[in-house]
Amino acid sequence: MGVSAFLTDATLCIGCKACEVACKEWNHIPADGFNFTGKSYDNTDSLGASTWRHVMFLEQPATLGRQITGTADPFRWLFLSDVCKHCANAGCLEACPTGAIVRTEVGSVFVQNDVCNGCGYCVVSCPFGVVDKNHEVGTAFKCTFCYDRQREGLVPACAKACPTQSIKFGELDELRKRAKLRVEQLQERGYDDARVYDPEETSVGGTHAMFVILGEPEAYNFPPAPEVPIVHMKSAWTAALISALIVVLVVCLAFVL
Amino acid sequence: MAANRQITEDQLDMLRQEAGRTGRVQDRGIVPVASPFPKPALATSYHGNPVLKPPTWTWQVPLYFFVGGVAGISAVMALVAHIVGDAGLVRHALWVGFAGALTSAPLLIADLGRPARFLNMLRVFKPRSAMSLGAWTLSGFSSAVGLAVVCHELILAGYGYESLLTLQWLAETLAAVTGLILASYTSVLLGVTAIPVWSENRRLLPVVFLTGAMGSAAAVLELLGFLVPATQFIGVVASTVEIVIAIGIELRDRYVDRPLREGAVGWLTRAGAVLAGPTALLLRIFWGHSLAARYIAASSFLAGALIARYAWITAGRVSSRDPQALFQIQRHKRTEARST
Repeated sequence: MGVSAFLTDATLCIGCKACEVACKEWNHIPADGFNFTGKSYDNTDSLGASTWRHVMFLEQPATLGRQITGTADPFRWLFLSDVCKHCANAGCLEACPTGAIVRTEVGSVFVQNDVCNGCGYCVVSCPFGVVDKNHEVGTAFKCTFCYDRQREGLVPACAKACPTQSIKFGELDELRKRAKLRVEQLQERGYDDARVYDPEETSVGGTHAMFVILGEPEAYNFPPAPEVPIVHMKSAWTAALISALIVVLVVCLAFVL
Repeated sequence: MAANRQITEDQLDMLRQEAGRTGRVQDRGIVPVASPFPKPALATSYHGNPVLKPPTWTWQVPLYFFVGGVAGISAVMALVAHIVGDAGLVRHALWVGFAGALTSAPLLIADLGRPARFLNMLRVFKPRSAMSLGAWTLSGFSSAVGLAVVCHELILAGYGYESLLTLQWLAETLAAVTGLILASYTSVLLGVTAIPVWSENRRLLPVVFLTGAMGSAAAVLELLGFLVPATQFIGVVASTVEIVIAIGIELRDRYVDRPLREGAVGWLTRAGAVLAGPTALLLRIFWGHSLAARYIAASSFLAGALIARYAWITAGRVSSRDPQALFQIQRHKRTEARST
């Protein structure tokens, strides 16, 4: 197995949340509580320390391809299962000061929970808002890409549970090709706004969890042009160096004058 | 949620009578929960949810930013004072640095989710991570300034060995260099994150934090009795820069800076700027000869710098909750990419 990847397809998802349940059961993640958010049928609201698969529900005044509905106004109801993007250049990995966050041999980004001391720097460094601190345990948690299952040659729990194969698990290059083919196929069928969300052209360098979506990424809370924060290091340190030198100058002048 | 009024048996009887009499019932009806039902709209975000996660840091962190800054620049002042020959100030500046270093570590450890694992910070040396660099810098600074204090006290106690003096110079220099990093790395720590108000101000934050640290170090020494021209000069420069920064933020009028200008955090930012800026500056310029005025000016700057740290962290929290702040920064980048 080379580099593992997810391809999650909004056009196949039926919003059943089997992925959420399977993930929680396999990883023994605690319950979030019963949250009737009122945001369609979404009751996990976002990814977090205790939610590693989050099914999104979008109600949009647009048509689903060439579908003719009985409604007066155009309408479509979209579902998509969000997950940690396992970025090629991961903000959380760069930020971690204890070396708890590592890249595994399957290409995933993994938090070693026995090393993490809960400094919280990964939380503010993720451009997708995925990783979070569990305040009872004190350390950071996110999708493990079912590293324990992959090491035994098994498929991640969410991919196994998905009844429509909306969540596809496989080799990165192969899934990238399949994603492109799927979008072409969809566009032939009249889904004009189908696209792949895999920000390869940004500093994130592409994600190992890709998505086929309909419409703009912002509607799914996917940043349109995510950046791994480490790219800002040079400009930040330059400003710090210049400011520090000026401080030294002022202090010297203060004593000399 | 609209409360439905309780209907009584008499009212039900009246409804039946009205229906029997006229064949229809005129009533307000009930107000369903969550009405008026939202009409689907092409969303500019997912249900208005935040994209990013807010910082998980507790009250110890902004306090550490403040204390670490004072300690770091105090060590710089100690070195310069030593070169110039201002013996009294050297001793106090070194002790302020040492006291700051001793307070900093417990503050940081208390903020950790698993404080018992604080030594894991020293598992790896990862300068690309500002947090890793900070942990190592604090360790280095604490050692250096501690060594400088020990050497200085030994010399003052009468053990005037040549090697001890050389060691003190080395320790002081190391403390000054690591002190500068200590006072400035926290601004890089905030700037190199995904939080919009921090990352978009990554060139400004070092100016804010270093000015605050420099003015605060001088102010602490003033409160310890060093009402000398050197601390007055530093105080005037620091307050002037604080005023310029504050005006700049107001005039810049960027969407991403809204947490710094609007709402409770906006007022917190302004409070910090007013205390550190015009209050201290006016006291220093017009009542500079009065000892009381200088003490008040010093205290005012310290309060202002401390408040500013809390304001910036809280602004980050507010900024993380606004999906549009993130999308706006990125949308023009995307259109640039598409046009090339």
